[in-house]
Amino acid sequence: MTTKLFGEPVRRREDARLITGRGRYLDDIGTGALAAAFVRSPHAHARITDIDVDAALDVEGLVAVYTYEDLTGPLAEPLPVLIPHPQLHAPRTGYPLANGEVNHVGEPVVMVVATDRYVAEDAAERIVVSYEELPAVVGVDAARAAGSCVHEEIPDNVAARHHQETGDVEPALAAAPHRLSFTQYVERSACMPLEGKGVHARWDADDHSLRVHTSTQASTSVRAAIAAKLQLSLDEVEVIAPDVGGGFGVKIVHPWPEELLVPMAAIALGREVKWTEDRREHFISSAHERQQRQEIGVGFDDDGRITALDVHIWHDNGAYTPYGIIVPIVTATQLVGPYVIPVYRVVVESVYTNTVIVTPYRGAGRPQGCFAMERTMDRIADVLGLDRAVVRERNLIQPAQFPYDHHLTFQDGRPVIYDSGDYPGLLAKLKALVGWDGVDALRDDAEARGKLLGVGMAMYVEGTGPGPYEGGHVQVLGSGKVLVATGLTTQGQGHETSFAQIVASELGVPIEDVEVTTGDTRRFPYAVGTFASRAAVMSGNAIALAARGVREKALRIAADVLEADPGDLEIDHGVVQVRGTPGASIPLRTVAVLSNPLRYAFDEAAKQATQFAVQASNDKPPVTPGDAPGLEHRDYYSPIRSTFASGAHAAIVEIDPATWEIDVVNYAVVHDCGNVVNPMIVEGQVHGGVAQGVGGALYERMAYDADGQLQNASFMDFLMPYASEVPDIVIDHQQTPSPLNPLGIKGAGEAGVIPGSAALASAIEDAVGRRITSMPISPTELYDLVRSPDAERTAASARRTGVRA
Amino acid sequence: MTSVDTERALRLTVNGVPREATVPVRRLLSDALRHDLGLTGTHVGCEHGVCGACTVLVDGEPVRSCLVLAVQVDGAAVTTVEGLVRDDGRGGQVLHPVQEAFRECHALQCGFCTPGFLVTIAAGLEGRDAAEEITEEEVDDLVGGNLCRCTGYANIKKAVRHAAATMRDAR
Repeated sequence: MTTKLFGEPVRRREDARLITGRGRYLDDIGTGALAAAFVRSPHAHARITDIDVDAALDVEGLVAVYTYEDLTGPLAEPLPVLIPHPQLHAPRTGYPLANGEVNHVGEPVVMVVATDRYVAEDAAERIVVSYEELPAVVGVDAARAAGSCVHEEIPDNVAARHHQETGDVEPALAAAPHRLSFTQYVERSACMPLEGKGVHARWDADDHSLRVHTSTQASTSVRAAIAAKLQLSLDEVEVIAPDVGGGFGVKIVHPWPEELLVPMAAIALGREVKWTEDRREHFISSAHERQQRQEIGVGFDDDGRITALDVHIWHDNGAYTPYGIIVPIVTATQLVGPYVIPVYRVVVESVYTNTVIVTPYRGAGRPQGCFAMERTMDRIADVLGLDRAVVRERNLIQPAQFPYDHHLTFQDGRPVIYDSGDYPGLLAKLKALVGWDGVDALRDDAEARGKLLGVGMAMYVEGTGPGPYEGGHVQVLGSGKVLVATGLTTQGQGHETSFAQIVASELGVPIEDVEVTTGDTRRFPYAVGTFASRAAVMSGNAIALAARGVREKALRIAADVLEADPGDLEIDHGVVQVRGTPGASIPLRTVAVLSNPLRYAFDEAAKQATQFAVQASNDKPPVTPGDAPGLEHRDYYSPIRSTFASGAHAAIVEIDPATWEIDVVNYAVVHDCGNVVNPMIVEGQVHGGVAQGVGGALYERMAYDADGQLQNASFMDFLMPYASEVPDIVIDHQQTPSPLNPLGIKGAGEAGVIPGSAALASAIEDAVGRRITSMPISPTELYDLVRSPDAERTAASARRTGVRA
Repeated sequence: MTSVDTERALRLTVNGVPREATVPVRRLLSDALRHDLGLTGTHVGCEHGVCGACTVLVDGEPVRSCLVLAVQVDGAAVTTVEGLVRDDGRGGQVLHPVQEAFRECHALQCGFCTPGFLVTIAAGLEGRDAAEEITEEEVDDLVGGNLCRCTGYANIKKAVRHAAATMRDAR
C-alpha cells in the first residue's frame, strides 16, 4: 500500500515554506508591535543600590519603564522551581526583574518598552543602575572551595547533593584486584540555536484574552505559568510556538522572565509588545551546560571487568536552579552506559556559581556521564595492556539480559530498566565501520607523512521518551482533510512530516491530506514538551493511538452503511472498502460527514453523504450514548518508563606536531533508536548531534574570567563549528524495537552529541600518548600538555615507543 | 535630548520590484527589509556579521545585511530568499535549483539559517560555468561562511552538489 509510509525517507512537508522565506518565526510576528529591551546586570554579583531612569524619560518614543518595584502579586515572587527534588535542599531562583541583588552578568534589571527596538535600546542605555559589588564565584572549583558564596544563606554553595548507590562500594573497591582513581573536567558550552528566544503578546481587552507567541519548547507550560503569574484564568490565555529556529534545550526552560514581562506590559499598555533576544543577550542571559569536575574510583579484575565504580561529581549549576537537578540526575544515571556495573555509587554535588544558569543542552548531562565511563574504560585498557574495544566488550550487557535493571532511579522518577538493545552488535558494527583493527597501518602511514594518528571510541545508552504523557488529536473533515494536533512543540525536527507519516500509515490516507499542528494550545491544551528525545516516542505513539481510534470509529460507521462486519473492512487511499469485494466502498470523507447527524448540505460532501445515510431508528437517539458527533479521536500515550536508545562512535584524528591542530579524518557512528519513522530525518539528527559533539570537544567553551565576565559572548569568539570544522560522518544502523510502546520506537534527538568528547579525547590521547583529562581541548592546550613535564604518558604509548612511562 | 534620527527616503529594487521607504539613517538593511518592507524571509542570527543568516544579494553579490545600513544601498538591486523563485513562463513560479536541492537533500532542519545559505549558494552557482562539474573545494567555499546549528552541514554540501548537477543538466 502506498499509504504505508512509516519507515520511509519522506521529504519534509515543512520545507516548502522554509526554503521560500515564508516561515513564521517569532520576530516575523507583530508588525507594528511595541518593542521591549532590557537593562541587564554588568556585574556577576552585586547589590543594587539605586535605579535612576530619569535620563531615559525624555527619549522620544519611550512608552514604559518597569523595575522590580512595578511587579505585583505572584509576579513579584521568585520564579518557580519547576522540578523540585528532595535532594535539592537549597533551591534558588531569580525574579523576573532583579530584586535588590544580581547573581550573574546578564540578569534582567529593567525592562524598557518603546516604539521600536532602536528607541528602546536608546532609553535602556540612559538608565543608570548603581551597584555595590560582591565577590564573584566562578567555576566549579571556586564554588567547591567556597571562599565566598553566591547566596548569602548557602555558605557552602551546594544546592543539592544527589546520591544513588547499588551496593556497598567501599568493600567492593577494596576487594578489587586492580584499582584506579583519577579526576577530570568538562567545560561549559551552550545550545546556541541560530534564533534566540523571543516573545510577542497581544491583549484583547474587550475579549479579555491574551495571545502569546513564544519561541519555546513547552507552549502548554508557558501558558499555565502566564495564567498563574498574571492571575488570569487558563482559558483567557493561549500560547503558540510558531516556527522555532532551533532549541536544543535552552527553550524548554520556562517561564523565562521575558515570557511573563512581555505579556504583563501588553496587558498594562493595551498594545502589542514584542521582545526579540539578540545574540549577546542569548550568551549572557539564556542557559549554558556541561561544566563538571569528576572524581572517579574504579575496581576491576585481570580481564578488565569492572567490579566496583565510585563517582563523585561537582556540577556547576550557575546562579539559580529553576530546572532542579535534572542534569545531575541524568549524568548520575546515564553514566553506567551499556555496561554491567556490579556495585555503583554516585554522588553529584550541584553547586552555585555567579554565572548563567545551567539547564539541559542536547544530551543534558549524558555527554559528561559518557565521558566519565568511557574514559574509565580507556584507562582500564591502558593499565592492563588490552585493546580498548576488548575491555568494553567484556563489560557489555548481553542481549539475553534484557530487560536489564541497573537499580537506579531515572530523571522521571522511574527505575533505570533498559527495555531492549544489542550492545555487542553495536560494537562489532562500529569496529567494522571505522576499521578498528587496521589502525596500526594508518598510524604508520600518517607517521610517514609527519602526522600523529590516533583512534578512539565511545559507547552510550540514552534514556529517551520519558513521560508522564503526550496526547494526540486526529480529525477527518468532510473534505477528506485529516487534521492532526499534538501539544508538544517543534524546533526543526520535522514533526509535521514524521507525525503525518504515522497518521497516513495508521489511517490509510494519502499523506497529502494530513495536516499536523504542534505546540499550539488552541489545538491541543495538554502537553509536556519537547526535550529528552521524547517527541517521536511520546507524541508519535499518542497520535498513532488517536489515529487508531478514528479508524475504529470510521470502520464502525462504514460497516453500518456497507452492511459489512467492521473486521472485513480496510482503509486504503482514503477509501473504506470491504476487503476483496471491489465496489463495496465508501470514501473516508463521506464517513466523516455521516459521523455527524447534523448535515446541512453546505457542500458536495454533505450532499453525497445523504445517499449513504442509514435510516435512523426511532427507538434510539441520533447520537448513541457514549458516542460523539464527528470523526475524531483524542488519545494519550503514557509510558510505564523510558525507552533506552544506544549507540557507539569512533573517531580517527590526525595531529600536526608543528601546529598541534587536530584534524578529525574519520568519524563513524552506529546508532540504534528502535523502529525508525523517517530514516532521512533520523540521520539528519545524528549529523547535527555529531557536529555539536565535535564543537563541544574541540572548540566551544564559555570563557568566563575570574570576575564572572563572559569574555567570548559573540560568534566571533565562541567558536561554533562551520562546515570546515565538521568531519564527514559514516553511519551504520541497528534496530532493536522497544517493547514498551505501540510503534516500537526510541528517541533520536540527542544521541549524536553524547559520545563526542569521550571518543575524541580517546583518539587524541591515542595519538599523542598523553593522558587527556579535560575537554574541550584546543591546539594550544594540546601543545602545552605535550610539552609539560608533568603530563602523564599513557602506558600504551610507552609500550609502542619503548619509552617507560 | 531626542533619539529621533534623521530620516531618508530610500529607493531600492527588491526582488525585481521597485520599492520605496523612509527610514532612519541608522536602520540596518536587515531591519529595513524585514520590518519596513515586510520581507521576513531574511533572518537575523547574530547582528555582528558572523553567522550569515541575514545574507542577501546586493547587485548580485552576497552581503551581510546586518552589517550594512539601509541608506548605503540606496538605488541598488537587492535579492532576498523570497526572490529566488522564478517565473515558470506559465503564470506560476518554480523554485530555484538550490531551493529544490535543499528540500531533496534534507539540508535544513529548523530553517532559520537557510535563507542565508540559499542566496549565497544561488549566487555562487550562477556565477560559475554550469558546464563544469563542481569540485569539493567549490562546495566548501560556498557553504564555508555560514553557521548552521542543526544539520552538521553534510546535507547542505550534498544539496550544493545536487543543485550544481541540476543546473548542469538544465543547460
